[in-house]
Amino acid sequence: MAYILIFITAIFVNNVVLSQFLGICPFLGVSKKVETAVGMSAAVAFVLTLATLVTYLIQAHVLVPFGLEYLQTIAFILVIAALVQMVEIILKKVSPALYQALGVFLPLITTNCCILGVAILVADGTYDHTGIETAGLLTGVWFALSTALGFGLALVVFAAIREQLAMMNIPKGMQGMSIALVTAGLLAMAFMGFSGVNNGLAHLFGLN
Amino acid sequence: MKALRIFLNGVVKENPTFVLLLGMCPTLGTTSSAINGMSMGLATMVVLVFSNFIISLIKDIVPNMVRIPAFVVVIASLVTILQMLIKAYAPEVDKSLGLFIPLIVVNCIILGRAEAFAAKNNPLDSIFDGLGIGIGFTLALTLLGAVRELLGTGRVFDVALFPETYGALLFVLAPGAFIALGYLIAIVNKLKKN
Repeated sequence: MAYILIFITAIFVNNVVLSQFLGICPFLGVSKKVETAVGMSAAVAFVLTLATLVTYLIQAHVLVPFGLEYLQTIAFILVIAALVQMVEIILKKVSPALYQALGVFLPLITTNCCILGVAILVADGTYDHTGIETAGLLTGVWFALSTALGFGLALVVFAAIREQLAMMNIPKGMQGMSIALVTAGLLAMAFMGFSGVNNGLAHLFGLN
Repeated sequence: MKALRIFLNGVVKENPTFVLLLGMCPTLGTTSSAINGMSMGLATMVVLVFSNFIISLIKDIVPNMVRIPAFVVVIASLVTILQMLIKAYAPEVDKSLGLFIPLIVVNCIILGRAEAFAAKNNPLDSIFDGLGIGIGFTLALTLLGAVRELLGTGRVFDVALFPETYGALLFVLAPGAFIALGYLIAIVNKLKKN
């Protein structure tokens, strides 16, 4: 039950883009077409889950035992950069079709702050805004995957709206990023409708 | 004269928030009040000035192939130092900015300026570029924070301008960040045309 709660909370209630403000750059940058948005979401889901797994293990088995917690930021960003590079090389060899689909987005992911952000949240064990006891590897990775799905949902919905917006007559000053940001604001407002759902569910599942 | 031009270029012509549209995560995430926006801007500026300086010093030593990883390590080290300093001397800033302090590492402004300016210019000019862009970023964040705080709670820098009951709380919450920034960019676009 706790897993369902984490899943719903991470996707709808505390959506990574629309309420946590992580990963805004790709959210605004690659949301002009639904197709590229789907590709980007898939690449983020893949790397985010993997990166969280690896950085959690590094935090628990290397940084903490040797008292090197202060190196967290440096270690994590290097791990993520190396991981992205490795995923790119492996994908190229193993699945050229998937590489073709994700290829362009992979290098961009290194500087996607939702990867480093989620990795730090999970490694520090401070992501349990759901109010449940969560500090394990499995819940952490599950949280990362749910977050990535939330990112994908927001990105694809936003891209679909922007495709429609491209056909509209928009006042000159508002064209481009300005109208996109206002649209994102309205989308965030829609997602605010989910606030409190997590508490209700936790109550329903008897978790609080 | 040249230094002044580089400096003003960063503040006005290449303002990272309103013109280049870089570093959107901290711009939206930390501007729930003017003071929060300003502390985030200043923190980013400190990292930017030092990273520009150091990268400009080491640009001839670092092989071109490993340029980006080397720059990232420099930036990450600076951010770690800053994070420790903030934790030690300004714990309340650490509390309000939280996760966004380590995330300065992945702020595209810093790596962007390293690539676009510091890797091609001398250390002194790079410092001025860092200062200009940093102040441009700080001003933009403070402005956005002030607008959101004013519309949301009727206060700016905790000085009450109108009663809180008239405030639209929405502007302090997530959607208000997007909407306020969207309209600010529209206003800047309009001003640029004139």
